[in-house]
Order: sequence, then C-alpha cells, then structure tokens
Amino acid sequence: MTAPAVAVSRARRGWRRGQSQGVGSPWRQPLAIVGVGVVVVWTLVALLAPVIAPADPIAQTSPLFLAPGAHHWFGTDELGRDVFSRVVFGTRITLPLAALLVAASMAIGSVLGGLAGLLGGAVDTVIMRIADLVFAFPGIILAMAVTAALGPQLRNAVIAVIIVSWPIYARLVRGLVLSARTSQYVLSSRLLGASSWRALLVDIRPNVAGPVLVMGALDLGNAILLLSGLSFLGLGAQPPAAEWGSMVAAGSINFDKWWISLFPGLAILTVVLAFNFVGDTLRDALDPRTARALRA
Amino acid sequence: MTQLRERTAVLEASGVCVDYGPRRRRVRAVDSVNLSVRPGEVLGLVGESGCGKSSLGRALVGLEPAAEGSVRFAGQAVTPLSRRRRPELLRPLQMVFQDPYGSLNPRRKVGELIADGVRLRNGSRAEAQSLPAELLERVGLAADAVNKYPHEFSGGQRQRIAIARTLAARPRCIVADEPISALDASAQAQVANLLLTLAKEDGVAMVFISHDLSVVRQIADRVAVMYLGGIVEIGPTDAVWADPTHPYTEALVSAIPRADGLGALPVDLPGDVPDPGSPPSGCRFHPRCPLAEDRCSTTVPLLTDLPPEYDRAAACLVRVPADS
Repeated sequence: MTAPAVAVSRARRGWRRGQSQGVGSPWRQPLAIVGVGVVVVWTLVALLAPVIAPADPIAQTSPLFLAPGAHHWFGTDELGRDVFSRVVFGTRITLPLAALLVAASMAIGSVLGGLAGLLGGAVDTVIMRIADLVFAFPGIILAMAVTAALGPQLRNAVIAVIIVSWPIYARLVRGLVLSARTSQYVLSSRLLGASSWRALLVDIRPNVAGPVLVMGALDLGNAILLLSGLSFLGLGAQPPAAEWGSMVAAGSINFDKWWISLFPGLAILTVVLAFNFVGDTLRDALDPRTARALRA
Repeated sequence: MTQLRERTAVLEASGVCVDYGPRRRRVRAVDSVNLSVRPGEVLGLVGESGCGKSSLGRALVGLEPAAEGSVRFAGQAVTPLSRRRRPELLRPLQMVFQDPYGSLNPRRKVGELIADGVRLRNGSRAEAQSLPAELLERVGLAADAVNKYPHEFSGGQRQRIAIARTLAARPRCIVADEPISALDASAQAQVANLLLTLAKEDGVAMVFISHDLSVVRQIADRVAVMYLGGIVEIGPTDAVWADPTHPYTEALVSAIPRADGLGALPVDLPGDVPDPGSPPSGCRFHPRCPLAEDRCSTTVPLLTDLPPEYDRAAACLVRVPADS
C-alpha cells in the first residue's frame, strides 16, 4: 500500500527513472510498450475467452493431473479440468472486478478526501480519522475480517477490497486539495475574481486528477493481488468458479503437480506487473515537466 | 499637501491592525498603520524581515482580515476573501507575490493563466485570445510563451508572467510583496523597472514591499519605513534618504553598502528586533535607540507631520516634538 504512495509522490516532483534513456513520448519507453502490450493482450483474452479456450472451464471431462502437453497446453487439474481454459476464463472475473474496485474506491476516496480538504474542521477530522483507522490494519487482514464477517463470497471480497483501498485516495486528494487551496496560484486567481468553486475546478482539479489517475493505475495491480489473495484464502471466489487466486490455492494442495498453480500464478504476475508499468508511464505522461524533458 | 494627497489617493489604509494566533497569545503583526497611494505613485514599504510589511501588504488587498481599522480602494471598503467571488469593484486591486514559482499554476499554460485575468473581469472571448500575447510582449517576453508551461521559464521570466497576469485584470493598484527578492540580480533590475514603468505609463498605484533599500531608493516616489508592525517614518524617498528623521531610518540608510566604499560606518543598533508577541512599552524602538530618553519607554509616539519644509511624517518623541 505504501509503494503506490511513494510512486505518486515521485510523480508530483517530476521524478523519472532514466532521464537519459530514449527520446519521444513516455509511451514510447520500452517498459511502457511492454506494459500496454500485456494489458491489451489480457483484455483481448477476456473479451474472446469463449473463442480462445479449447474447453469449458468447469467441465470435468479429462483425465486428472495430466502434465502440460499438446492437448492440454497447461495440463489438467485435480478434477480433470483444462487449466489453460480456466486461466483464460479467469480474466473474465479478475479484470472487470479490478476495474470496478479501483473505480469505486477512487470515487469514494476522492469525494471524501476532497470534502475533507475543502471544508476542513470537523468534517476533515472525522473522515481522516476513519481513514487512519483503516490504514492502521494491514490491508489483507482487514479485508479478511470484512469478508469473513459478510460471508465468503466474491461479492463480499470486492466490498472488502473497496473498504481497504479508499483511504489512499482520500489521503492523496485531501493533501493535494489542502496544499493547492492555500497556494499562491489559487490566491492570485481568487484575487482576479475566481470563486472558490472555480478555483477548485480550474486551478486545483488538474493538480489532483493526474496523481489520482496514476494512483488508480498503480492500484489496479494491488487490487488484483488483494482480490486473488482473498480467493486464495478461500474467502473470495467459490468453487467451481475459474478464478486465479483459488486456482493457485488448489494447486498448492497438490504441490508436485506444479502446472496447476504455476500458470494462474504467472497470469497474476504478468497482469499486476503490466498495470504497474502502465501506471508509471501514465505518471510520466501526465507530468508536463517529464513529458517535455522526454520530448526535448 | 496632505489634503490633496488624501483626496486623490486610490488606496487608503487607516488604522489597520493585523493579528495572528489564538486569542490567548495574540500577536499584533501590524499596528495602526495609516498610508495612502496615489495613481502613478510608487510607495516603497521597507523594513527588516518580520516587521509586518508582508502582513500589511496582504491586508491591503484583503488576503488578511484587518483586526482593526479599514482599507479603502477607490472609495470601496476592502473586504477579506470569502468563498464567493471577490467584489467586482475590488478586482483592479491586485497583488504580485514574492515567489514566482508558487504564484503560477504549474499545470496550466501561460496563455490560459493570463487569459484568466480577462475572463474573470468578463472580457470578451476575442480579448482573452489576443491579450495574453500582447501582455507578454509588454513585459518583455516572446508572444509564443502562451503555449508553454510556467516551469519552462526562469524566475525572472515567471515574475514577469505573473505581472502580465495581473495586468490582464486592468489593475489600478498593485501591491507587490517582495517581488524581486527571490530573483537573481539581473532579473531584479528588470522586474523592478517593469513595475516602475507600469506605474509611470499606466498610472497604476504601486505599493512596493522590499527589504532591499537600494532598489526602493531607485524606484519609489515615497517610502514608508516599518519597524515592529508600525510605520516610523514616511515621506518622499529622496528627502528621507538625504535626511532621515527617525533614528531607525537613520540606521537603515547608513547600513546600505556604498559602491565607492567611502560611506560612513553604519550606526550600530544594539540588540535584536524584539518579539512582536511582547513588544516593548512606549516607543517600540526605544530599547535599541541611541537617542532614547526616559519618556520613550512610557509614551507611545504617534506618526506626526513634520513642518512643511520637511514634507514627511515620523514617529519619534525626541526628534518630532508632539506640538510641532
């Protein structure tokens, strides 16, 4: 949870890895191309899952524990299901839910953080102390507690992840609004005759939107990890759903059959890594200082 | 003389006090300041750091509420900023800030920033399009700067952009709060001369706040010297420089280094500026004053007009007898 926070604070200072590497837009950097490429591939896989998958992801029609081979590229699992098909269909759970999670926690966090920063006083205190309360727990533990309380179900896991992740946005937005509100550029706009709402929309919003989007892109990876983690622990997706986290869990029971958990694990790894690359790139692209430095 | 000045003043402060801090430990940063500025006049406001000149400047434009007294701009009372838009009549009263890195929004293009000044006074769309480039040329920058971001400019250039932004609001009075102290020497002269030109050509009333006495001497028509929240002397720059009345002014003026190296040794002021939270009784300058008498520690000197041939006012019991 602190990793994206650090990255975003770097984004605000215009920090960028390897100033000297390459010319052109931040989207032309190698890591950006890899990140975007992987995300596009996984998105296509999600859209075309029924076409790509050779088998029904929950059909138990093949022999058990077949090693990867020509018929079953990723082998079969303990119930004779095709692991490749299950990984492919797993995208249809993971990707939309991750997007939903991030959009929801971004919306909740931004509104609450914006209110706290703009209004201050008691509103600020109440909102931020609740955020601190959430921060005080390790994310996965709190999410486990929430899911356990609501009942192990994918929907409840989603709610739990939203509850755990809105405070980063609230804290980020509050800080940005607070520092921008008393900044000289807002004061000088106010002296020119801008109302405080205009200042919020015209002067403060562009300074908040960039970091929040970057945070969101970086947080996508986090959200996927957290959600898969809950499923891994049996608190999220329930069998027989093809979900990467629960597939890894199933594989870990039959540890010598490495393919059952390796492939969904690799899927999680590549998606999370790709979203982090995209987040880094977004940060560079949205900061006019680095964008210009790269173009020069 | 005094009456004429008051009649034509565009900005007038009377008895302005600015307080900071919680009620228990109230610090009076500015104490009963009276001053006025006429169109086309540059009033230099000088003093050490912490003497309240910035607080006074902020109170003049309404960024800081006046605890007592009032500021009037063109006959209209200056009110502190609220959540709403600033009253239209006050918008020709503008401020140039000290830090040109903080006063321009880093995420908006220079053209947009300047066009704000036009839009917010309900200027036409065409004017919002054309004026920024004109103003940039006016302040000595290339017109194509409209498409750049503030971080692409140096400190001096940014300060000129900030000035162009206030000019878009058609100011009649500009309070410049240490506009040159964050700049390097060559940029300082450019910005100071720009402000002087604006005052002389456009008839803008200018309050130029600075601790740099040599620059103030160059551009200010009148100078007000502040010490610990109060004005101790105010008058035409040349006269104050040539023949300072208040002992504090005397010490300040003698502290300016001279290029010929022949200047008299500065008057040495004992001690430091006292804590404004618990100012000395009587004359606030008395603990450091070479002329202090017993009554200075009990009686508060008021800013009093000197005889007409001196053309100024000073607050000193010893040098300016109250009955003069």
